[in-house]
Amino acid sequence: MRLSMDLELQDIPGQLLLALQPFRDNKANIISVVHHRDRKTPRGMIPVRFVVEMDRSKIETVNAKLKESGISVVRAGEDRLLEAVSVVLVGHVLHSDLGDTVNRIDSTGFAEVMDVSLTMTGVDEPSSAYLKIRATGKAEIQKALAILREVGAEKKLLVIEPIEAEAV
Amino acid sequence: MRDIKVSLVGYGIVGHGVVDVFNRKKKLLRDMDLNLKLISVTDHTGTVVAEDGVDAEKILGERTLANVANTSMLGKEAIEAIDSDLVVEVTPTNIVHGQPGLGHMEAALSSGKHVVTSNKGPLVVSYSRLKKLAEDNGVMMKFEATVGGTMPLISLVERTLVGNTILGIRGIFNGTCNYILTRMTEEGIPYTHALSEAQDLGIAEADPSYDVEGVDTAGKVVILANSLFNMNIKYSDVDVTGITGVTPEALALAKKRGYAIKLIGDVPALTVRPTLVPLGSPIAVSGTLNSAAIYTDLSGTITVTGLGAGSIETASAILTDIVSIYRTKRIDAIF
Repeated sequence: MRLSMDLELQDIPGQLLLALQPFRDNKANIISVVHHRDRKTPRGMIPVRFVVEMDRSKIETVNAKLKESGISVVRAGEDRLLEAVSVVLVGHVLHSDLGDTVNRIDSTGFAEVMDVSLTMTGVDEPSSAYLKIRATGKAEIQKALAILREVGAEKKLLVIEPIEAEAV
Repeated sequence: MRDIKVSLVGYGIVGHGVVDVFNRKKKLLRDMDLNLKLISVTDHTGTVVAEDGVDAEKILGERTLANVANTSMLGKEAIEAIDSDLVVEVTPTNIVHGQPGLGHMEAALSSGKHVVTSNKGPLVVSYSRLKKLAEDNGVMMKFEATVGGTMPLISLVERTLVGNTILGIRGIFNGTCNYILTRMTEEGIPYTHALSEAQDLGIAEADPSYDVEGVDTAGKVVILANSLFNMNIKYSDVDVTGITGVTPEALALAKKRGYAIKLIGDVPALTVRPTLVPLGSPIAVSGTLNSAAIYTDLSGTITVTGLGAGSIETASAILTDIVSIYRTKRIDAIF
């Protein structure tokens, strides 16, 4: 599981190493460490954000070890849905069972529809919807889009996806 | 001074532009040591031939050549009979069989004449065959005007960005669709309303299906894929969705979240579909403009934008192609 933690370190040498030790001991894979020297707290502490991949059951142990070493843990949370994508659907969005469309994404376990805005003009007119989908990673976003494309073909909806920022 | 005898085949909107631009740029071309002589103009009614150059003033006022033609030769017959160095092929596009342009281009290349064209049809139908025909006959085939009109794309990739690996090209390749989507967003008007407005302004054809169903954009995707990505694909390999299903409400929802909806052609994905483009993106241009983002390994992403259609603009791309043929040849001759 991937989680992010905000720690506060004292501004003296060796603190980062001290903070890393409990992660190492509990076999956590460190994804990123961002040092916010520019955002010193009033008490002179330096905020550091860790993103790590580790076993859920080890969180408490790591937390306790960090506190033991005098490092304050400001926040420790699961950062499950890291990526987001916007999609617009056009067609009989509501009458083709919008609940089902959303559920097809939500039921994957790796992606969720977080935001829906719907515009309807008339009973027989096509409606338009904006969806924001969040997922655990870039690959999962692509999988969610593939599902939506499939649903779109099945329910005769025009699925308007965002342009890719980079060449694939 | 180098004499270049040019035959123009096709005398519609683009053909008129070519005659006009050749006439206007005579002096500039002479300064480059090129004496571009338009020795014949052919359309479906006949041909005007003049060894010393067709008088632009005399034919520019004519909608067709019916009243000014001095021989009844048509198409291939004229191309084979007239002793020119280069043929400019600007007959109407047919993406299904490529004719009559395909026959014209085959005749020109087989008889050892360079070809410069704005006609997508022949290139979509049989690019690799035409390219081989040009190589076998030691002549060049240039077609910058087929994609993005005056916006430099093919020459930019082939010359300026040479040495880069091109990872992909995405862009807006149809000004009619872009105009319609822009107006729908600006005014909140439905598709049919924006379409009739475009038709009134002469931006859309009476039968707009070729543009709005994405056929034209897909043709350009085929040309880019074959010419710049060596893909050897057909029209049917492109997954095409047009803009007819896009609603003003969808455009408004997208805009509220910071996106425009544009008809985007994508190579090498081979797709044409309405796509969300961030409003700040350099390819999110409005009105009848075209744009293209070129993704490269060394230079990052390069974006170009420009007018995708128009008589003079298209003729400008044709003129650039002609000059580039003779400039390249001259450099080759020195070394």
